[in-house]
Amino acid sequence: MAGLELLSDQGYRLDGRKATELRKVQARMGVFGQADGSAYMEQGNTKALAVVYGPHEVRGSRSKSLHDRAVINCQYSMATFSTAERKRRPHGDRKSSEMSLHLKQTFEAAVLTQLYPRSQIDIYVKILQSDGGNYSACVNAATLALVDAGIPMRDYVCACTAGFVEDTPLADLCHAEESGGGTTLSLALLPRSENIALVQMDARLHQDHLPALMEAAAVACKGLSKVLDSVVRQHLQEVSVQTRE
Amino acid sequence: MKETPLSNCERVFLLKSIEQKKRLDGRQTYDYRDIKITFGTDYGCCTVSLGKTRVLAQVSCELVPPKDSRPTEGLMFFNLELSPMASPSFQSNRQSELLVTLNRQLERCLRNSRCIDTESLCVISGEKVWQIRVDVHVLNHDGNLMDAASVAAISALCHFRRPEVAIQGRDITVFSPEERDPVPLSVYHMPICVSFAFFQQGTYLLVDPCEKEELVMDGLLVIAMNKHREICSIQSSGGIMLLKDQVLRCSKIASVKVSEITELITKALENDRRVRKEGGKFGFAESIAKERITVLTREEAPLEVTDVQATADEIISKADAPPKTVPSPVIVANGTGQVGEGLQNTWGLEEDDEEEEMSDVTEREKKKDEVMVISDSEEEEVVILNQDDQSKRS
Repeated sequence: MAGLELLSDQGYRLDGRKATELRKVQARMGVFGQADGSAYMEQGNTKALAVVYGPHEVRGSRSKSLHDRAVINCQYSMATFSTAERKRRPHGDRKSSEMSLHLKQTFEAAVLTQLYPRSQIDIYVKILQSDGGNYSACVNAATLALVDAGIPMRDYVCACTAGFVEDTPLADLCHAEESGGGTTLSLALLPRSENIALVQMDARLHQDHLPALMEAAAVACKGLSKVLDSVVRQHLQEVSVQTRE
Repeated sequence: MKETPLSNCERVFLLKSIEQKKRLDGRQTYDYRDIKITFGTDYGCCTVSLGKTRVLAQVSCELVPPKDSRPTEGLMFFNLELSPMASPSFQSNRQSELLVTLNRQLERCLRNSRCIDTESLCVISGEKVWQIRVDVHVLNHDGNLMDAASVAAISALCHFRRPEVAIQGRDITVFSPEERDPVPLSVYHMPICVSFAFFQQGTYLLVDPCEKEELVMDGLLVIAMNKHREICSIQSSGGIMLLKDQVLRCSKIASVKVSEITELITKALENDRRVRKEGGKFGFAESIAKERITVLTREEAPLEVTDVQATADEIISKADAPPKTVPSPVIVANGTGQVGEGLQNTWGLEEDDEEEEMSDVTEREKKKDEVMVISDSEEEEVVILNQDDQSKRS
């Protein structure tokens, strides 16, 4: 991988993007009839599907219910065909249980859970194709699904990754850039208040570069929030037209 | 057993004290508890105690075929275990949330930061490489397991030596430590985790939370760094809202703490190496103080010492002057002493007891002095009152 040039002299990346450019984002809300809320999200070649059920009565053991807020239950899984090598276990290994945990923590921070005491909100996310930024695609898809389900949140939760190559922060990494062993920062941001719901960073980075990297990730998140907002508005328009007829 | 929940008044007390910048064990906001690093007799075995939290790390290695995707790189495997011995709320054979986060954080801190040169672990490309396995066992849980585990793991890795191998064609000979000296791993840098606990929606921040503080905290931010001020991983958890500035501030605090801890580890490693070279005694057994009662010992309660001098001066100025005549100890025989008027000591004194007796006597002397001062002042007060009374009556 050492020979791979992540950023050319002209300032272009492997897939022809500029340093701060995001991949093409496409999203649809309300893709399933059965669920309370659902969304499909594409960030470049990373594709994620999110489904939300609830708020409903706590299933399973009653002892899990909280008297002052709702429990958020997340399950993250990757389709067996999502990666280049076929995955044996779609969920349940260490990495995916960590991911489920992170998603849960992100949405516990963002959803107004205190409005639904003694209830539960289920979020199921599946990665259909993995090409870097799995966590951020999942968060964005789950946000849209939650909006579709009509669950109140503080703000959109937008997540994006950022990397660092030769003193330049790169926004929204693809798989090749991620697996090169460079720094990867995943940030889940509530864009309006600039609150960070979750931050995670891997591999080495000098302390002095951290502000620049976080800034780049925050800018990317804000860009994403605009896209998400337009998706929601368009969906509402479509739905209102349909209901009028 | 389910974890005992914290009572409401305890919770409120803890939060109130944190608001007043006070902690249960008398530490400051950014203070760590005492860190003690000890190495076992075997290479690659290390215990770390962080206050009352105790963690043991053991490194081992074996020859395995490499992964197909990276045929020239050795493998690193990390496993952290929470035994029920450490805390009644830990259950064995269960993947709890805490276990998953700790394991993944350890992996990300040590493997993804590439602190060990994995290419040097290759024996025959595509056929045999060393797998380095790090097992971390939690012996006692009193909060901040992550920091203790990361210090233990990296110290153990630095301490570890793998057997020397020789390759002839396709044959691999593994030498025992007696035949050829084992070789240490090449460690590029030492990443160390520093945990920050956040309270009251991120208003207050504490370094190195103890178990009680962990129960009331809102969220946790773990930053792994090395002494070159390179951040090796950041992980926030617990559903709190952070601001960018908070993360940056924490990274600055972490860099200071990490350089302190790194120094401690290098010192501990240096110590162990020296003792081994000199042929002295080493290992866990040596590091434990013998013939000491540990069950009923109580730690010294932390005291507020900010205005001690002022208070002491005040008391001295108010108190009466000590009596000028101090009874001199009467020396009856060699090695005996007596203060005040008492019967002569008729006990047969053995020579062995001399020192103890002497120190006893001096202690007694001191005590008597104190007692005398107090009793004197009381008596005088009584006397004065009586005089007053008498004068009024007359």
